[in-house]
Amino acid sequence: MSSSPYTIVVGLEVHVQLLTESKLFCGCSTKFGAPPNTQTCPVCIGMPGVLPVMNRKAFRLALKAAAALHCRIASFTKWDRKNYYYPDLPKGYQISQYDLPLCREGWLDVPGEDGEEERRIRIIRVHLEEDAGKSLHDEQAGRADSRIDLNRAGTPLLEIVTHPDIRSPAEAKAFLQELKLLLNYLEVSDCNMQEGSLRVDANINLHIPTPDGTAATPIVEVKNMNSFRAVEKALAYEAVRQWQAFQETGRKLGEVPKQTRGWDEHAEVTRPQRSKEESSDYRYFPEPDLVPVTVTQAEIDEAEASLGELPADLRRRLRQEYGLNAYDAEVLVNQGRPAVEYFRRLAAASGDAKAAANWIQQDVLRVLNERQIAITRFPVAAEALGEVLRMVRGGRLDTLKGRQVLAHMLQYGVAPQEAVDALGFEEVDDGELRALCRELVAANPKVIAEVRAGKEKALGSLVGQAKKRNPNVNPARVKEICLELIART
Amino acid sequence: MASLCELTAAELSGRLRRGECSAVEVARACLDRIAAEDAAVGAFLSVEPEWALAQAEAVDRRRRAGETLGPLAGIPVAIKDNLCVQGRVTSCASRMLANFRSPYHATVVERLLSAGAVIVGKTNLDEFAMGGSTETSAFHPTRNPWDAARIPGGSSGGSAASVAARMVPLSVGSDTGGSIRQPAALCGISGLKPTYGRVSRFGLVAFASSLDQIGPLAQSAEDCALLLETLAGHDPRDSTSLDRPVPSYTSELEGSLEGLRIGWVPDHFTEGLDPEVAEAVREALRAYEGLGAELVEVSLPHARFAVAAYYIIAPSEASSNLARYDGVHYGYRTDEKAMSAELEEERRALQAAGDAQALEEMDSALVRLYRRTRAEGFGAEVKRRIMLGTYALSAGYYEAYYLKALKVRRLIREDYDRAFAKVDVIAGPVTPAPAFRLGEKLSDPLAMYLFDLYTVGANLAGLPALSIPCGFSREGLPIGLHLQAPALEEGRLLRAAHALQQITDRHRRRPASPGPGGTEIRG
Repeated sequence: MSSSPYTIVVGLEVHVQLLTESKLFCGCSTKFGAPPNTQTCPVCIGMPGVLPVMNRKAFRLALKAAAALHCRIASFTKWDRKNYYYPDLPKGYQISQYDLPLCREGWLDVPGEDGEEERRIRIIRVHLEEDAGKSLHDEQAGRADSRIDLNRAGTPLLEIVTHPDIRSPAEAKAFLQELKLLLNYLEVSDCNMQEGSLRVDANINLHIPTPDGTAATPIVEVKNMNSFRAVEKALAYEAVRQWQAFQETGRKLGEVPKQTRGWDEHAEVTRPQRSKEESSDYRYFPEPDLVPVTVTQAEIDEAEASLGELPADLRRRLRQEYGLNAYDAEVLVNQGRPAVEYFRRLAAASGDAKAAANWIQQDVLRVLNERQIAITRFPVAAEALGEVLRMVRGGRLDTLKGRQVLAHMLQYGVAPQEAVDALGFEEVDDGELRALCRELVAANPKVIAEVRAGKEKALGSLVGQAKKRNPNVNPARVKEICLELIART
Repeated sequence: MASLCELTAAELSGRLRRGECSAVEVARACLDRIAAEDAAVGAFLSVEPEWALAQAEAVDRRRRAGETLGPLAGIPVAIKDNLCVQGRVTSCASRMLANFRSPYHATVVERLLSAGAVIVGKTNLDEFAMGGSTETSAFHPTRNPWDAARIPGGSSGGSAASVAARMVPLSVGSDTGGSIRQPAALCGISGLKPTYGRVSRFGLVAFASSLDQIGPLAQSAEDCALLLETLAGHDPRDSTSLDRPVPSYTSELEGSLEGLRIGWVPDHFTEGLDPEVAEAVREALRAYEGLGAELVEVSLPHARFAVAAYYIIAPSEASSNLARYDGVHYGYRTDEKAMSAELEEERRALQAAGDAQALEEMDSALVRLYRRTRAEGFGAEVKRRIMLGTYALSAGYYEAYYLKALKVRRLIREDYDRAFAKVDVIAGPVTPAPAFRLGEKLSDPLAMYLFDLYTVGANLAGLPALSIPCGFSREGLPIGLHLQAPALEEGRLLRAAHALQQITDRHRRRPASPGPGGTEIRG
């Protein structure tokens, strides 16, 4: 990035749906995927005369997220109406929060790429609001075949706005991944972009050093990005586009109105959206149908106490207490809280944290993937797997055999020793093994010469022969004994 | 010989309990009276004879079976047509909702039904309760039963007229700036606007959410107390509803007014107050002195800004509350074929003229749907208020209008706090003059708005206030007395009103009936 002629400046506006059973202001279900307009009531479809009643659970989840994002939580917060007309907004206004949001000024540390330092992205504000419904129609044609599904209308949304602290498309993606991980950990949101439970808009411009100081390009709001990858690609595209536009026109921030562009997934370009849609005056005013919400210190304390260890804490702890490298720590933490718990138990049972991390990443996760199950439903307890790891560590089993033992345990639901017995992996007596090695060393002078000449790899042939003679030998032990014998002769 | 429908609810209730008449007889008497007289008055937008008789029969059946009945068992009630009744039209006297059937009951309707009240129909109002004369109803005006050439007041004009013409003993209205008290005063009946939050607003089609309150209209303070007992109470479906116990208003009606401090505001009696109204109110004050009350001069210095603040706040909230009527989900929608043809014609004309910019700026079908639907569905007064409110909330004007109005509102509230530190009740006129003629102020909205000058303060401050008859003009038009009290002191207001009604009979007077009477009372 240091060689780039500009700095990319990005701020994100993220909407996540909260994991509540019911909507923000009525009792309707928020479940995804129900037939259109089956999860509605007079309140969420804005019938005449209805009134909203706040869902306490949604408010508690929002508080939890705010606490985890290190925000200053307001002791007094209120609701406002954001007025605009759209067919999927049945009341003609959205109940949101304007000048007294739930909380302000927090931050989220984003792990750096490839061992780089983590970067702190500051949060401007977090507030609660209700979702709109969904419109399905052909806007270009303007035909009368529009369809509206109001199942989503009134679902609680948390809006999280960052400072323009993000410096690259990859960092934007990393921020979103970290945010998703955090909210998953907190069970605040499942952040599923496919189901629309996480939506993101980005504001981006470039800061360009010029002889007259730093020039900033006009800020563009990018919308319609449907995956984290799309965010990365759209921002990368947009940075290049702005750089080219700047070189062609020299236009700077403030010289043109803020533009909104939509990401075209197929063409992989951003395109301007109609300016008509942007110039809205939302006529915010306090929602008279709801009373302001006061938040007590006890509620804030409760939210903080309910957080548990967060991903960043866990990563740190896995590195410091268990000596894992950054990569392993990240992979484990990314699997979620239960995976980290499993790791801790496995590390304790096996006495080898590094091996525990490897086995989880290579073996446990593969099985989870194949079976499409969560780690909480993994049939082999950490303690049992720990026993297998101890056998491998102690030389009773090599890694391959260890895997076979695990496979057997998974298949038949048996204990480690039982699996070892069933597979016939008896431990070879050390005296027996020494005798075998002596034979091999004596019979392979060529190999011995190579080893003496420094080609230790040549020992592989002896190990191979030993295994042919007795499949239960421990290859590492064979190597060890052979080297000892060679050194002595 | 008085007809059953001329009795007060309290009297009817006694007769029903004693088996001197049946609920069906009472319902019939009211339905007959409506059939005979409402053509001339126009109090109702819909009458439900079959449903009413079925409800009445159910009450009679339950009474015969010895079941415990609710406090309003068998009493006919009319409902303002901005309150939702499940399965029935709730039109708000607007073209927009002319055919709209609510899928649910308003909380007050549920309460009325479970109290055994017999709902006979829905009454006329100014469109979406915006107006003070019931002339802005999209369907027909309501006439004052005391003089058919005059307005009954508004916006609960239909509710007030239905009681004044003795078509029903009880009527439910809503009051945003005086919409219960003003028509009660102009029709010579009693009407109470409760403390904000005392009665659930769930199912009341919102005009201005921070001001709207549902309340009773009846022949007497006693009947208002009876009806309020059923209407009031906490509702978990309304976040602004107060979670406070409801006193037994009817059992606390009696009691001496000895030592009651009644405040009066000199400003009320200066500019613009009709001398006949002033005299009637003064006479009522003297009567209170006779009852042992003490008159105390108080001042409400910011009251003169109340109308201005009200006509910023109420329209602002209304502009948002009425945004949902857009022709998309329910209610009136413009003729889409005509709309498409109109758009096509415009497009062709612009193409022919080669006006590329105008073509670019042409409405989308969606925007035109909104425009046409709202232009056709709303009447002039509603549009005026939507425009006022939209303007007041717009960027650049918000601080100067909406926020300023909120500040005035706070000052008005503080005025009341100070006044109520010195007095228990504030008394004064409800309206500057008796009922005006139909059409008189229709083309002068400002004159119409200024008619609210005495009533909007209680809404802005969220206080309870009532109107009871205190006299008649030389032309025979009723004059109302306004009583206001601190929050949740409905009981105090009703006691004061009841005391006056024990020594006067103005509330007993009724307009001459233009049509034949109802069922004769036996015995």
